[in-house]
Amino acid sequence: MAMEGADIERLIREAFPTAVVEITDLAGDGNHYAATVTAEEFRGLNRVKQHQLVYAALRGRMDGSNGELHALALTTKAPEN
Amino acid sequence: MTDGATDPAHDAIRADIEANDVVLFMKGTSQMPQCGFSSRVAGVLNYMGVNYKDVNVLADEAIRNGIKSFSDWPTIPQLYVKGEFVGGCDIVTEMTLSGELDELFAKEGIAYDKDAAEKIREANR
Repeated sequence: MAMEGADIERLIREAFPTAVVEITDLAGDGNHYAATVTAEEFRGLNRVKQHQLVYAALRGRMDGSNGELHALALTTKAPEN
Repeated sequence: MTDGATDPAHDAIRADIEANDVVLFMKGTSQMPQCGFSSRVAGVLNYMGVNYKDVNVLADEAIRNGIKSFSDWPTIPQLYVKGEFVGGCDIVTEMTLSGELDELFAKEGIAYDKDAAEKIREANR
């Protein structure tokens, strides 16, 4: 199952309305994406917590053999002041 | 972390991360990874000479599913140091390149090869 980059971006933006989101389709197969998310919500959180928030926003699409997304390389950060 | 009472696999996972300073839950083994993401993290640890326990989740479906709810993390590999979840492939890669992984190992008293870590960073400048 594949997923459009625009869908990933939409789900992330719903969770983090003011975030800067960049999605790159790494392999052109709708299955391997890289996402960079810069969001104020991440400030003060460690990377594990930041990534968990993004995974939660994607609501199960990363999960197991039923997951639509095989690979999402994730970079998260808070905006620089 | 989720309470282990609901999933017997959590008890096995907890036993592993309590008995071993560094544990990598991965697809395949440290010497024969079966996924590029697992291979990258195992490769870093191997190259840095870190002594770690590899847990092949492909060999145990209960662990494969249990590790995800244990850490509330949907993907594999997963690295644990002194019982704490450190991260998956992206986070470990970032920490390797920034030197934070060295700092973590130093703080926790885990032996590693600092020169090897520097070589990884030099090669990825």
